Amino acid sequence: MALLEVSNLDVRFALRQGEVKALRDVSFTLDRGERLGIVGESGAGKSVAAFTILNLIAKPGYIADGSIRFDGRELTTMKPRQLQQIRGNKISMIFQDPMMTLNPVLTIGEQMIECLKAHRRIRSRDAREIALNKLRQVYIPSPERRLDQYPHELSGGMRQRIIIAIALLLDPDVIVADEPTTALDVTIQAEIMELLLELCEKHNVALILITHDLGVVSQVTQRTLVMYAGRVIEQGPTREIINDAQHPYTQGLINALPQMATPGQRLNQIPGSMPSLANTPPGCAFHPRCSFSDDANGERRRDCREVIPTFVRSGNCDVACHMVRELVESRPSESDASDDNSHKHREAL
Amino acid sequence: MTTASTSSKAPSRLARFRSSYLLYSFKRDWIAQVCFAVFVALVLAAILAPWLSPMNPYDLAQIRILDSELPPFWIDGSDPQYLLGTDAQGRDLLSTILYGARVSLIIGFGAVILQALLGVTFGLLAGYLGGRVDAFLMRMADIQLSFSTLMVAIIVGAVIKASFGGAIYSEYAVFILVLIIGLAEWPQYARTVRASVLAERSKEYVDAARVMGFRAKRIMFRHILPNTLSPIFVISTVQIANAIISEAALSFLGLGMPETQPSLGSLIKSGFDYLQSGSWWITLIPGGVLVVLVLVINLLGDWLRDVMNPRLYKG
Repeated sequence: MALLEVSNLDVRFALRQGEVKALRDVSFTLDRGERLGIVGESGAGKSVAAFTILNLIAKPGYIADGSIRFDGRELTTMKPRQLQQIRGNKISMIFQDPMMTLNPVLTIGEQMIECLKAHRRIRSRDAREIALNKLRQVYIPSPERRLDQYPHELSGGMRQRIIIAIALLLDPDVIVADEPTTALDVTIQAEIMELLLELCEKHNVALILITHDLGVVSQVTQRTLVMYAGRVIEQGPTREIINDAQHPYTQGLINALPQMATPGQRLNQIPGSMPSLANTPPGCAFHPRCSFSDDANGERRRDCREVIPTFVRSGNCDVACHMVRELVESRPSESDASDDNSHKHREAL
Repeated sequence: MTTASTSSKAPSRLARFRSSYLLYSFKRDWIAQVCFAVFVALVLAAILAPWLSPMNPYDLAQIRILDSELPPFWIDGSDPQYLLGTDAQGRDLLSTILYGARVSLIIGFGAVILQALLGVTFGLLAGYLGGRVDAFLMRMADIQLSFSTLMVAIIVGAVIKASFGGAIYSEYAVFILVLIIGLAEWPQYARTVRASVLAERSKEYVDAARVMGFRAKRIMFRHILPNTLSPIFVISTVQIANAIISEAALSFLGLGMPETQPSLGSLIKSGFDYLQSGSWWITLIPGGVLVVLVLVINLLGDWLRDVMNPRLYKG
């Protein structure tokens, strides 16, 4: 049985202008020790998905439908008391901005010890010992001193290390990392990602990595989920998605990587921008931007405009696209991406 | 926190204070230093009144009516026994001022503590929980603010006097005044705290605390409250000054402290009738002390606001 099973999740925000559907029919599973990447543009619903896993959607948002099962227990209907025992304890989270995530008026030690004491009956001295130990695991120099320092006395990279230490404090089963490196500079980014990967492997912690950096996803995760306008549009093994993307949107994302551009030419991009979640286009939400969905007369295909695509199996991936379905159904045994192209992907990443 | 971990941290706290911006700015601001010195001197004098003052103005046996309305020492006809002269009952003015300042400060601090307890709790709840709780508490605050302190005092005072009699009222006048001023002014705190909580609540460390599985109460009081302390400190100074003035105003109108336990306000009032007859000191000296006390607190508050609001950093 999978450790975390999310099925048919619908999350809505009841705003004054009307209901915004932030997540629609999102399903995925996560096994113990598995690393899953969730990618997509800003506003695709990645962070909402992360918060929903912990059932922490703030009002006016709410879970309209679907289920989240963690270790066999349903989180959507769980009482707040029990949820609090899972949050931080079994599932912990790493946020984007290490400057903001630590409470500015409490020392590092106070925050770590408090977290331990909230979940375990433990003496302060023992809690301090555990905190020190975790700080050592994330390679923080002179950890004893750090415990008595305030967040503003530390650098960004150091703070993100501390946040990772806090996330690991109670030996969780799952860590949800919401863009853990976006606020850091490039050299530190690599260090932090490496550290996170190392610790997850060492402690057999499952990781959900939310990012828009496909390079990071390809290095760290085993499976990838691509989201667009609140829906999952493609999911499968990371290697296949990176090398052999099926959905036109995923292909567009990969082509938009600077490494994929021909030197001396403009970078590739997907025309247009993601629709607002308040009024997503009917049919496939991506069809207005899709460069493949024209039919022989140069018009948008009707099914793309009107019918919401369902998942179709292609290779080991699930893809929600009418054209892929047609391709798969017409040539069921053959993978359609050209070899030449997939080599290019591999080199780039 | 156990005592062990706090005591091991104690020296570093002191070191932190020594190198803090608060101390740095204090050392460079002579107005703040003077105000602080005057304030501390007044508070100490008030606390030590029973030992400092030449006589006990509450003790009727020590009062000689023959010595009434003696002028302060620099005017002819004064008695060296009474440095600042005496009032109409023959009480030593210096003693009554020391005792009076004591009563005024107790009421000022007491009322502000009550205001802060109510206001901070309601402000936190309103800001953090939002929705109906917020609407209810803030409308309560609006209603409360629409009554002036004086009106509340008159009504509450009249009700208590009518139901328990004047003797009981005089006996518990300090508590009643603390209650009245505390209840009348809590919305100031509630509004300030609520505004800061709204700003803090959207910060990621609050999300992080929720993700760690902390309860709402813990998040409110341990995580958000310490982050809203600067505005609370600043408004506290203003509120203490306001409470002292409110008390003085109430006492001046005869709604506050009885003359047997004079505060600065009731001293001013008791001398007011003699202002025309030449005994100006009975009113003006306590008045001067009141003005200095309030001014000093307000100036300290101004300084504190400048220090604690990083947007106002100069240079």
